[in-house]
Amino acid sequence: QIYKMAKNTNSTAFRRIDVDKYSEDNYKEDVDNETVTAGPSENEVMSLISQNKQLDALKYVLANSPLGNKNQAVRDAALTLALRVMLSFKTSQIEEAVKQLDYEQRDILMKYIYRGFEVPNEGSSAQLLVWHDKVFNHSGVGSIVRVLTDKKKV
Amino acid sequence: MAASIQKVGPAIPIQCHAWSSDRQTIAVSHNDKLVELYKQQPGGSWNQTDILDQHDLRVNDIDWAPNTNRIVTCSADRNAYVWVQGADGKWKHTLVLLRINRAATCVRWSPQENKFAVGSGARIISICYLDEEKDWWVAKHIRKPLRSTITTVDWHPNNILLAAGCTDFKVRVFSTYIKEIEPKPSATEWGAKMPFANLMAEFSNSPTGGGWIHAVAFNEEGTRLAWVGHDSSIAVADAPSGMVMMKLKTNLLPFLSLLWIGPNRLLAAGHDCVPVLFHVDSAGKVSQGPKLEEGGNVVEATAAASAKNMFKNKDRLGQELVDSRLGTTHQNQINSMRILEGNKVEARRVSTTAGDGALVIWNLASGALAGKLAALKI
Repeated sequence: QIYKMAKNTNSTAFRRIDVDKYSEDNYKEDVDNETVTAGPSENEVMSLISQNKQLDALKYVLANSPLGNKNQAVRDAALTLALRVMLSFKTSQIEEAVKQLDYEQRDILMKYIYRGFEVPNEGSSAQLLVWHDKVFNHSGVGSIVRVLTDKKKV
Repeated sequence: MAASIQKVGPAIPIQCHAWSSDRQTIAVSHNDKLVELYKQQPGGSWNQTDILDQHDLRVNDIDWAPNTNRIVTCSADRNAYVWVQGADGKWKHTLVLLRINRAATCVRWSPQENKFAVGSGARIISICYLDEEKDWWVAKHIRKPLRSTITTVDWHPNNILLAAGCTDFKVRVFSTYIKEIEPKPSATEWGAKMPFANLMAEFSNSPTGGGWIHAVAFNEEGTRLAWVGHDSSIAVADAPSGMVMMKLKTNLLPFLSLLWIGPNRLLAAGHDCVPVLFHVDSAGKVSQGPKLEEGGNVVEATAAASAKNMFKNKDRLGQELVDSRLGTTHQNQINSMRILEGNKVEARRVSTTAGDGALVIWNLASGALAGKLAALKI
């Protein structure tokens, strides 16, 4: 009997339980059963860019953005494509492109702009700053607030 | 003048305010545990007449019942007090046991003033009513399905339904029917069955989350519910048309408070430090109107503007002039707004208090503002 007791107290696995996880006060997120898109296809994007249809490519990546997709790789791939599209524009074309978007698309675009700032390379930030300025002129601080408050990240 | 500043105490942020029914006295709390009453003097200044000092921690909300003249205050100390003015003019308090283990965040008297609702960080709304026999306030709890702190509550005119905004990004309408003190309510556009704590309607501020709800407001008839969220949006739900929700995402900073000032008009104020008008059309669609005053950043020319100081500041801070004031009357976010004169169908004056410690009274009927309101009519 004593041996059994001694064995029982050998395990210290109980010390590794995250007690806070079971606390009643924890806020539990809404379980979202909505189907999420798988993100834009690279082929489609590259084909549109090569045909000089940058605006269509932009609308395509925005329409197919995997908002809130739990798979980080999918979201990162979508980000790469979105940045490629944004950087394929000539600086002088950006203002016109932003004008052609509706307010929902501009909100998603602002999210990509901020994510783009997080991974600067080869002067991308300079171009992104121009995008930021043009989107801001239309959507104001509200779109920036929504980058921060929206739970479904891009 | 359309906007007039009133000085009620020191320039410390005001958390909340409430008016007496004759609008001569205002109750304010300057971000501390005290509630101060200020009475308007002939000549325009404000004298402090009373200090209500019972809470141990910051007072989060105050409401003043116009007919029964009772004040209710709630605080981070998890308590609420009901204050009654005696014949000698002194205010006597009664503790209300809310039975919550977190801070109380907001409180409102019901339209008939026989109940009040307290929101809290304990994910509970306490509905309190007076037990006549024992002469004390009893609290009943609404828990399900609230999952986070309740930030704001507003009553439906039928004295039964209560709207609550929450930090779980949702707005809900509950029934607070208490059979001991009131007759069974008749059906409304929000539903027919109204047992206590029944969830009549729930609205998610946005499929993408949408930010905390900062203020909710029923319109005069109780057929529409408006709210503002931290994602810089304003939304209106229309019960008769089948709980249709129409939302407008604005270009401005988030709003913190909201009022109906007409059957189709909303006034919202918050981090932009100035109230903004909104119009709701018959389909429920919300459109943005003008701000009650214009004003970007205004940089005052002070003594610091000498050439030497200019370069000194450029070197030290990277900018030329140090002092900057906002062009708006309020210098900090507006967190509380009340109708001073009028009602939800026709509000003539509203009052706002803000983080700059100022009380500002807006005259909606004055020439300049009336013009803007008229332009809003379609």
